[in-house]
Amino acid sequence: MSTVSPTAAAQVSGRGRRMSPLRKRLDLVGDRVLFGVCTLAALLAAAIIVLVGYQIVHGASAAISKFGFAFVYETTWQPNFGVFGAGSLLFGTAVTSAFALLLGAPIAIAIGLFLTLLAPRGVRSVVGPLVELLAAIPSVILGFWGLLVLGPFVQAYVEPTLHNTLGFLPIFGTPETTGLSVFTASLILTLMVIPIIASISRDLFQSVPAELQDGARALGATRWEVVRGVVLPTTSSGVVAACLLGLGRALGEAIAVSQVIGAGSELQSSLFRSGDTLASRIALQFPGALTELHKASLFYCGVILLVIGLASNLIAQAIGRRFSYQGATAR
Amino acid sequence: MSEAAIPDPAAPLTPSGNLRRRQLVSRLAELAATAAAVIAVAALAIVIYTVVARGAGAIDLDFIFTGYPTGVGPMLLGTIVIALVATLMAMPVGVLIALFLTEYAGSRASGPLRLTLDLLNGLPSIILGLFVFALLVDHKQQSGFAGAVALAIIELPLIARGSQEVLMLVPQGLREASDALGVARWRSVLTVVLPTALGGIVTATVLAVARAAGETAPLILATSVFDPKGFSVNPFEAMPNVPVWIYKLSEEGNPEGFTEAWGMSLLLVSFILFASLGARALLARSKRKLSS
Repeated sequence: MSTVSPTAAAQVSGRGRRMSPLRKRLDLVGDRVLFGVCTLAALLAAAIIVLVGYQIVHGASAAISKFGFAFVYETTWQPNFGVFGAGSLLFGTAVTSAFALLLGAPIAIAIGLFLTLLAPRGVRSVVGPLVELLAAIPSVILGFWGLLVLGPFVQAYVEPTLHNTLGFLPIFGTPETTGLSVFTASLILTLMVIPIIASISRDLFQSVPAELQDGARALGATRWEVVRGVVLPTTSSGVVAACLLGLGRALGEAIAVSQVIGAGSELQSSLFRSGDTLASRIALQFPGALTELHKASLFYCGVILLVIGLASNLIAQAIGRRFSYQGATAR
Repeated sequence: MSEAAIPDPAAPLTPSGNLRRRQLVSRLAELAATAAAVIAVAALAIVIYTVVARGAGAIDLDFIFTGYPTGVGPMLLGTIVIALVATLMAMPVGVLIALFLTEYAGSRASGPLRLTLDLLNGLPSIILGLFVFALLVDHKQQSGFAGAVALAIIELPLIARGSQEVLMLVPQGLREASDALGVARWRSVLTVVLPTALGGIVTATVLAVARAAGETAPLILATSVFDPKGFSVNPFEAMPNVPVWIYKLSEEGNPEGFTEAWGMSLLLVSFILFASLGARALLARSKRKLSS
C-alpha cells in the first residue's frame, strides 16, 4: 500500500479512468464499517434494556430468594428486623397513579380537543408549547414546589373543604397537619401526566379525517356531538394508549412523590394521610440502606416497578401500533 | 289545519326545546375544554412565578461562582460536566442508531428497534439509578461518571428519535444524486446526508440535554455524597450537582437552604426553558427548510 506514490495515484485517478483500486477498496471497507457501527449502536440499545433488566433482578436476588412472591403482597416493612414486603408500596403506587390518571386524563384530553378544534391558530401555537413545557420542568423542582407551596395550600383549603363536604367517603378522611399526603402527591403526578396525554391526544385528534367531521356538522351535529360521535370514537384506542403512557410516567416518578407524600408505611383508606410508593421508597431509603437485604428489597421494588412499567408501555405500544395500522388502511 | 301550527313569522330565530339543550351542552363542553387549557397554563405559570419570585433574590455573582455556603458554583460545574460527559456518550450512539433506522434498516429491523427505543424512553429514571448503582457504584464508589451513564441512557432514545425524524426529511433526491455520481454509500452518508441534517440533530441533542439536566433520581444513587465546597471536574469521584443539592435542601427543612434551593431551581429552570424553547424554534425552522 505504501508504495503508491502521489504521482501514480494522480495518474490512476486521472480523467476518464476507472476509480483507483485503493479508493475502491477504501469504499468497500468504509461501507462495511459504517454499516457495522450503525448495527452495533442499534444492538447496544437492545443490550441496554436487557442489561438493565438483568442488573435489577440480580440486585434483588437475595430478597427474591428470601421472601419469594409473598414480598409483593406482604405489608410489613421493618428494616431493623430484616422483614420486608412491598404490599403497602404497591397499594400507594396504584392509588397515586390511578388518582392522577382519573384527574389528569380528562383534563389532558380536553386540552387536546381545545387545541385541535376550538383554539384559534394564534392561541394554539402559544398554548400547545406551554403545555409541553410543563413536562420539561424537572421533577425535583415540581416536588419542591409541591412541598412548600402546593402542600400547605392543599392542607389549609382543599383538604378541609373536601373533608367537610364529602367526609362520609372514607377516602376523604381527617387531614393531617403537614399537607404531605397521598392527595398532594397525586396532584403533583397529575401535573406530570397532563402534558404527556395532552400532546399525544392532540396529535391523534388532528389525524381524524376532516370529511367525517364535516359530514357530521352537515347533518346538524353540534360541536360536542361531533366530538362524541366522530372524534372520540375514531381515536379511542389511541387515547387509551396515551393514558397508559401517562400511567407509566406516574408509576415511575420517584423524586417529586418522595418529597410530598410524607413517607408513611401503613395501608390507609384516606387520601389525606401520608403514604409511599415503590419508586419513592427506593429514592428515600436507598442512600441510607445499611444491610444488603435492605438494598436487595429495594431492588425487588425496582423489579416490580420495571415489570409494571414495561407492561404498561408494551400494551400502549401494541394498541398504538394497531391503531396507526388501522388508520393507514382506512385512508 | 289548526291555527297553532302556523308559527309566528315575526318571532326571533332562537332555538328551543331539544336543539336548545343540545347547543347548551355543546357550549358547556367548549367551556370545559377551554377551562382545562387554562388550568394547565395556570399551573405552569404559578410554578414558574414561584420559582422566579423566590429564587431571584438568591442569585448574585457569589451565588454562581463560589462554593458552599455562599454559593453553588461546584454544583453548577458538576452538573455541566456530568451533562457534557453524558452527551458525549449518548450523541454518537444516538445518531448512529438514527442512521441505522433511516439508511440501513428494512421494516423488519426498524420495528423492533423503534419499540426498543420507546421502551428505553419509558424506563422510570429511578430504575436507571438502580442500574448504574449495581453496575458502577456497588462495591466501588460513587462517581459523576456513573451519573453520566444514567443520563446518557435517558438522552439516547430522545436523540435517536429526534435525529431520525430529521434524517427522514433529508430529500431522497440528494441520496439518489449522490448514488448516481458513483459515490459510495458511506461517503454520501457522511458528506451529504449528515451535514444536511446537522442542524436538526444538534437541536434534538439540546432538547435531550434539557431533559436530562434536571433528572434527580439516578443521581441520588450515583453521585449524592459529595463535598459542596470543592470545585471538581474529575468525573471518577462523586461530583456535586444541582438536582441532588436541591433535593437535599428540600429534605432538610431549613429556611436558608430553601432560598438557596429556589435560586438553583431558577437557574436550572431558566436553562431548561431557554434551551427547549430555542431548540424547538430551531427544529421547526430546520424541518421547514428541509421539507420545502
